[in-house]
Amino acid sequence: MKYLDEYRDATTARQYAQAIARVTTRPWTIMEICGGQTHAIVKFGIDELLPGTLTLVHGPGCPVCVTPVDLIDKAIDIAGRPDTILCSFGDMLRVPGTAKDLLSAKAVGADVRIVYSPVDCLKIARDNPAKQVVFFAVGFETTAPANAMAVYAARQQGIANFSMLVSHVLVPPAMQAILSSPHNQVQGFLAAGHVCAVMGYTEYEPIARRYHTPIVVTGFEPVDILQGVYMCVRQLEEGRAEVENQYSRVVRREGNPQAQKLIHEVFEVSPRVWRGIGEIPNSGYALRPAYADFDAERRFHLTARAAEESSECIAGLVLQGVKKPDQCPAFGTRCTPERPLGAPMVSSEGACAAYYNYRRTAAEPAPLRQSGG
Amino acid sequence: MDTPSDFTLSCPIPISDYPTVLLAHGGGGKLSHMLIERMMLPAFGNPALDARHDGAVFTLDGGARLAFTTDSYVIHPLFFPGGDIGSLAVHGTVNDLSMCGARPLYLSAGFIIEEGLPMETLWQIVRSMQQAAQRAGVQIVTGDTKVVDRGKADGLFINTAGVGVIEHALRIAPQSVRPGDVLLVNGDLGRHGMAIMAVREGLEFESAIESDSAPLNGLVQELIGAGIAIHCLRDLTRGGLASALNEIADVAQVSIAIEESRIPVRDDVRAACEILGFDPLYVANEGRLVAFIAPQDADRALEIARAHPLGQGAARIGTVGEGGRAGIVTLRSRIGAARIVDMMSGEQLPRIC
Repeated sequence: MKYLDEYRDATTARQYAQAIARVTTRPWTIMEICGGQTHAIVKFGIDELLPGTLTLVHGPGCPVCVTPVDLIDKAIDIAGRPDTILCSFGDMLRVPGTAKDLLSAKAVGADVRIVYSPVDCLKIARDNPAKQVVFFAVGFETTAPANAMAVYAARQQGIANFSMLVSHVLVPPAMQAILSSPHNQVQGFLAAGHVCAVMGYTEYEPIARRYHTPIVVTGFEPVDILQGVYMCVRQLEEGRAEVENQYSRVVRREGNPQAQKLIHEVFEVSPRVWRGIGEIPNSGYALRPAYADFDAERRFHLTARAAEESSECIAGLVLQGVKKPDQCPAFGTRCTPERPLGAPMVSSEGACAAYYNYRRTAAEPAPLRQSGG
Repeated sequence: MDTPSDFTLSCPIPISDYPTVLLAHGGGGKLSHMLIERMMLPAFGNPALDARHDGAVFTLDGGARLAFTTDSYVIHPLFFPGGDIGSLAVHGTVNDLSMCGARPLYLSAGFIIEEGLPMETLWQIVRSMQQAAQRAGVQIVTGDTKVVDRGKADGLFINTAGVGVIEHALRIAPQSVRPGDVLLVNGDLGRHGMAIMAVREGLEFESAIESDSAPLNGLVQELIGAGIAIHCLRDLTRGGLASALNEIADVAQVSIAIEESRIPVRDDVRAACEILGFDPLYVANEGRLVAFIAPQDADRALEIARAHPLGQGAARIGTVGEGGRAGIVTLRSRIGAARIVDMMSGEQLPRIC
């Protein structure tokens, strides 16, 4: 299949792996930001092709994982109200709130629907004029344009029974939080290609300079990731700290101006709480006052409440690249996809889910390198 | 928990885990598995059930070996590219019997109909069942109809049960799987599941993805007739190839290794999976099987399959490990690294981005 097969080609992948081995002279630690990249790395076994001195740590780029528990509780609260339809991306449904998840709420009668695009919610709202339709708007910059479009179109079309529970987060402030941490081990970043497709990468340039850390905008297929690692290692070895673009077939330096315009029309930058990490200033989006009518927290008079995290879950450390999932004592034993303690075990972009589904080293050592048929 | 006296009256699935039944309990993954293992098997336990095959196999006093199976069909939409609930209900039960190595003979059909279903719709489905039965060479010999209030069923639910006869000495079952066995599939994977998803979600491709729904008894009978040493057969329905292989690896206590680059998936199905964030290994099929074949017969089995209309895309996708950890399925990725292929946990849910 075009644009996929050539980026999953075994020969090209091995050539890049060899090139990486040739240029690597010292140990380096590189973080891939996006959970989609984490899953590709673990699923395809990309890290197995790298020299042992090179460590890939997994970043916070899993929107489901960083959505705070109290927002999930709010979503469950909304879903359980009469004459209300809660729409969400499928990923959010299994993430544990304080007492339960959205799937369990659905099983006891809440009207929870999976949508593929937030704009689909507008049709649901039009078809159900007597009901309140709420979209659980979770995500990084990648999903922001479509979410902004849903709110913008709802106002244009006068759809009053639609609102949005917003939990939008931004990548650059999270990178700065990681780099500023006293525990930081990250020496280079693979930036999330699809975030940059929307936002471009000019905002990464001051970060690379200030923290003297190379940042390579990287795609999601095995060859993309290996090429991204190669470019990052070359910078590290040469003492450079620049922003480079591996994913040039998709990303331009300025990003997608139309999408950015729409985002800024509807959203403004605000502080956000990241699950497991805490509040990071200027790290998210909130609806602008002009669109406050579409804010579900206001419409349903939701206020902050005490939300409980599992004390055993080390998701925060995993999301900051300080620990790997299989270093968690609960991994694969007390925490599994069926009974998750934290979100990274159930999200399709969660690092713990990737390790559990594809590798499962702590609970049961994986039988790697068997002969095939 | 083999005998009724050991059977406890308390619910074997802890209420604290799942106070209510979730959709995922019917998804063919781990929760379905748990429901069967912890609730159904202990309650009903007997040798035929404990074999955990697609149907029960038993021997009558006169020596005749029969296979018996049942399945319920609850699909939305009722009509989809490549089939409908009626043909699906016939193919599914025919295939379950075929996976036991049986020649399917007789089916029952139970209809649970929602008040308000257009009579024309019901007639189309009944005709489709009749045609599917004719194609598969089976007769629908008994049945039942019930009508429930509007809103109590999604238009129409169908249950079929079937009986078939086993006319050979092979023991086609997970317990017969041996190290060295070669795994064959009869064609490209994931078409049924993605055909349904595409209709449900309004995804449009250059041409519609058609379900692979088909009766597999003809193909299986040809393989048996040619004397192929078939050790196990499994149709790749809910939960897809990954779940089927995990079940077999678990029951047979073997390791299974498959190769990603050898698993046939059509480009449009791959594209749809990429868009939705699905893994084709977990997507449902309704006309696909995996066969565990003794190594010396593998090439011949592949040749026979490819000559059959329902096996033209047959491929050799892996082997049963000589070593490796029992119960584990591994996959060699396109770039050459190995990973675990786990049973699906819950349902596949579309991802965010």
